[in-house]
Amino acid sequence: MDITRSEVVAVRAAAEVVNVRHIVRRAAVDLAFSLVEQTKIVTAASELARNMVDYGGGGDLTVELLSDGIRKGVRLIFEDQGPGIPDIQQALRDGFTTGKGLGLGLGGAKRLSNEFQIDSAPGRGTRITIVRWKGSA
Amino acid sequence: MAGKSALSDVVQKNGREILSAWVQRQQTDLALRNNLLQPGELQQQASDFLTAFGPAIERGGTDSTTGEAWSPVRDLLSTISRSRARQGFTPAETATFVFSLKRILFDALQREVKDSTQLADEMWKASVVLDDLGLYTTETYQKGREEIINRQQQELMELSTPVVQLWAGVLALPLIGTLDSARTQVVMESLLQSIVDTGSSIAIIDITGVPVVDTLVAQHLLKTVAAARLMGADCIISGIRPQIAQTIVHLGVEISDVMTKATLADAFAVALTRVGLAIVRKG
Repeated sequence: MDITRSEVVAVRAAAEVVNVRHIVRRAAVDLAFSLVEQTKIVTAASELARNMVDYGGGGDLTVELLSDGIRKGVRLIFEDQGPGIPDIQQALRDGFTTGKGLGLGLGGAKRLSNEFQIDSAPGRGTRITIVRWKGSA
Repeated sequence: MAGKSALSDVVQKNGREILSAWVQRQQTDLALRNNLLQPGELQQQASDFLTAFGPAIERGGTDSTTGEAWSPVRDLLSTISRSRARQGFTPAETATFVFSLKRILFDALQREVKDSTQLADEMWKASVVLDDLGLYTTETYQKGREEIINRQQQELMELSTPVVQLWAGVLALPLIGTLDSARTQVVMESLLQSIVDTGSSIAIIDITGVPVVDTLVAQHLLKTVAAARLMGADCIISGIRPQIAQTIVHLGVEISDVMTKATLADAFAVALTRVGLAIVRKG
């Protein structure tokens, strides 16, 4: 699998989530994602970027364009040095939140992606990787 | 004190030559950008600057340009950089206004000051002062830009949330763009206020122009609908495009309590029925 393009965006403030959506949208458009696919990956990115700002104290997003034979996809890696997630299963459960949101962002982002990987422990920060392949349901 | 005033002496004595050499130099530097300035504007700004510059060195010294004596110079520079920011100059071009004076001043000092130790000293002073002032123009240029951005943000926030009355008792709120918290607050307030003002019983929130509905946007929408309901008005959310519908389902946002429609037209038809009206073809 090749990474054909990679860029890193710092996400520190809530206002920068808009910027994340634009960058991810542009990556999806470059790979000729359908409108539905674009909207799904952009929405997932919006959720995870906001989580990073709200709960992780801000972090970095790496946007990678992937090429695996004829398959093309976008990989997004969200990394923060925040307090980490003590119970990942609980955090993924719909309706669970430690803040004021709906508690659907993390699980929703997982459902909107083809691959979802979360690596977090208290005090170690959080790293979430999602991939969406073009042409997958 | 003799050393201190040499620079200001040179500036005041050779004012006219310095001015003309400086203006000429800037015109060459900004060759392609001259059309951004009014004729004579550069000449006027340069002459005002030199008029303020000489006395400022004399009274304020060259150790710092933040004192009282330097304030006329700083005020003048801040006016100039703000106007340059508006005229479309880059920060570098704006700072060049001050930096281009360096060479001219050095030349003048070389002509006037014969003692080489004193010359080096005076050049150093001139250099420090002009560096300081050059940075100051960049700083105020930046501030000018920020003011422009702030004002535009403010304007956008107000512009993009009009509540319109479609019919007596029927309001519509066409949302466009990003629904971040600050704007959503404005949206919510203006909708609720309009419900009171017009005595409307039904409000249509159209999200055709909202590119992404994530959980935060959904939450804001649901809160607005709930608040309107408390005031006795029902809301219909319209303009839900296929990609948004699918995304909302995947996110798991529960909006079955709210009436939703694909288009504003559908929502309007429902609203008219609710208020007891029907559209009839003529004849």
